Amino acid sequence: MIEISNVSKTYGTGSNAVHALKDVNLTIPKGTIHGVIGLSGAGKSTLIRCVNLLERPSTGSVSVDGQEMTRLSRGELNRARHRIGMIFQHFNLLTTRTVFDNVALPLELMGEDRRAIKDRVIPLLELVGLSDKAKQYPAQLSGGQKQRVAIARALASKPNVLLCDEATSALDPQTTSSILELLREINHQLGITILLITHEMEVVKSICHRVSLISDGELVEDAEVGDFFTAPNTQLGREFLNDFLQLTPPKELIERLSETPSEHTHPVVRLTFSGDAVSTPLISRLARKCSVDVSILQAKVESIQDRTLGLMIAELLGSPAQTQEAMAYLEAHQLQVEVLGHVQRNV
Amino acid sequence: MSSAMFDLVLQATLDTLYMVAVSGVIATLLGLPLGVMLYVTRPRQILAMPVLNQVLGIVTNVGRSIPFIILMVAIIPFTRMLVGTSIGINAASVPLTIAAIPFVARLIEGALNEISPGLIESAQSMGATPWQVITKVLIPEARGGIITGLTITLVTLVSYSAMAGAVGGGGLGDLGIRYGYNRFNPTIMLITVVILVVMVQGFQSLGDYLVRKSDRK
Repeated sequence: MIEISNVSKTYGTGSNAVHALKDVNLTIPKGTIHGVIGLSGAGKSTLIRCVNLLERPSTGSVSVDGQEMTRLSRGELNRARHRIGMIFQHFNLLTTRTVFDNVALPLELMGEDRRAIKDRVIPLLELVGLSDKAKQYPAQLSGGQKQRVAIARALASKPNVLLCDEATSALDPQTTSSILELLREINHQLGITILLITHEMEVVKSICHRVSLISDGELVEDAEVGDFFTAPNTQLGREFLNDFLQLTPPKELIERLSETPSEHTHPVVRLTFSGDAVSTPLISRLARKCSVDVSILQAKVESIQDRTLGLMIAELLGSPAQTQEAMAYLEAHQLQVEVLGHVQRNV
Repeated sequence: MSSAMFDLVLQATLDTLYMVAVSGVIATLLGLPLGVMLYVTRPRQILAMPVLNQVLGIVTNVGRSIPFIILMVAIIPFTRMLVGTSIGINAASVPLTIAAIPFVARLIEGALNEISPGLIESAQSMGATPWQVITKVLIPEARGGIITGLTITLVTLVSYSAMAGAVGGGGLGDLGIRYGYNRFNPTIMLITVVILVVMVQGFQSLGDYLVRKSDRK
C-alpha cells in the first residue's frame, strides 16, 4: 500500500524554480499494479523516486505500508528501503559482479550470512528463469536477461512494493512482453504492490489495474485501465489513446478537412464504442433510422483487460439536418462522437 | 662494465624501486581515501558536503601545482622531522609521497566519475549506507580506472625519483647525473636510461594486464 498525499517537489528557488510535482495525491492499494503514464519531463521519474525517497518531496507525505517515509531517520529509511524493491530502465547491474553476486547484493547490505544468501538467491534465479546464468557477468547477457537479474535483485530482500522506472523502455517489443509477463506473475504469486512509470500505453494496457496520467507535474487523470482506454477525460489522455490505437484519419483526408460546416460538406467523425455498444449493430440501424449513409474510413476493435473497445472514423453522408440527427442518435446510444471536421461533398 | 660499476648500477636500481614502492604504497593509502572524499562530498553526492569538498579541492590543487623540485627543498624541515635526515632515499621518499597523494586522489576521483550514477542510485534504493556504496559499488566498479590511475602514478614516481639526487637521494637519475653527465660517462648514462625505460614498460604492462583481468564490460 502506497499513499502519496499532497506531494510537491520544487527544484531551485525564486525565478529559477522548477515545479516537478504539484500537489500530487495517489493511493495504491496493496497487491495492485498501478501505472503512471506521461510524456518525457512530465514528472514521472520524480514521482516514483519520491516513494523511496531517492528524491525528497519538498512538501507533502509519502507512506508505504503505513510507514511515513519522510519522517524516518537515515537508518530507519535504509531499513524501510529493504521493503521496497526498484528496477530501472538501464538495469543498473554491477558490471564487476556475477549474476549471482548481483542478486546477493541487497542481502549483503542487510548483513545476511553466506548460507542465507545462497538459499535466497538460487530460488530467485529460478523464478526469473536464469539459473544457468548464475556465474556469468552482466556484459554477457541480453537486455531482457539483465532486467530479469535486476528483478531478482529487487525481490531479494522480500519487498512488499516494487517500483519500476521505465523498466521496459530499453527493450524490444517481444522482450518487453516477457518482462511484463514476469511482473504480472510476481504480482499474482507474491502479492507485491507494483508502481510503474512508463510512456508506453502498451505497458499500461497489458498489466496495470489502474492508471494515472501525469502532465506537467500534475496528476490529471486517475482511472481504472478499462475506463481510461475507453473514455479518457482529458485531451492529453485522448492523444495517448489515439497514438496507441494509431487511429488517425488518412493524410489526404486531413488536408481536405475544414473547421466549419456548410451546405456542401459532410462531417467526418471519430466514434468510440465501449460496453454494450460494441455488440449492437448501431451503424446499420443508424442508416435506416436517420436516412444517412455511413462511409467507414477506418475501424478497429481492441480488447483491454475484460473490456472491448471499438473505434471508427467515418464520414456521415446526408443533409445537415440528417447528419445532426444521426450524431444525436449515436450519442443517445452511449457512443462518443467527436467531429474531426468537414469535407466537401463529392460532386 | 667493471664489477664496481655493476654494483653501482644495481644499487641505484634498487634505490629507485625502493623510493617508488614506498612513496607509491603510502600515497595510495592516503590518496585513495582523499580521492573518494573528493567524489562523495560533491554537491548532490552520497555524502554531499560542499564546503569540505571545496577545501579538499583547493588543498589538492595546491599540492599538485607546486613543482616537485621546489616541493623537495621546501619541505626539508618536515622531512628531517619525519625521518631524521634530509638526505638519502628515505628522505627523498617523503616529498615523493607528498607529491603523489594529490596526484593519486585526482586520478581516483576521475575513475569514480566514470561510474554510472544509476548504479549509486540503485544501491541507495536497496538501503545501502554511504559506506556500503563506497565499498560495495564505487571502489569495485571503478577498479579498472583505479588500477590505470595507480599505474600512471608509479610511472610518474619513477621520473620524479630521478630528481631525488638534488637532495642527495640515490637512484638511477642521481647516478645518471653524477656519473653519466658530470663525469661524462655516456655508457652509464645509456644504461641508466635503458633501465628506466624497461622499468616504466614493466609497470605499464603489469598495470594493463591487471586492468584487462578486472574488466568485465
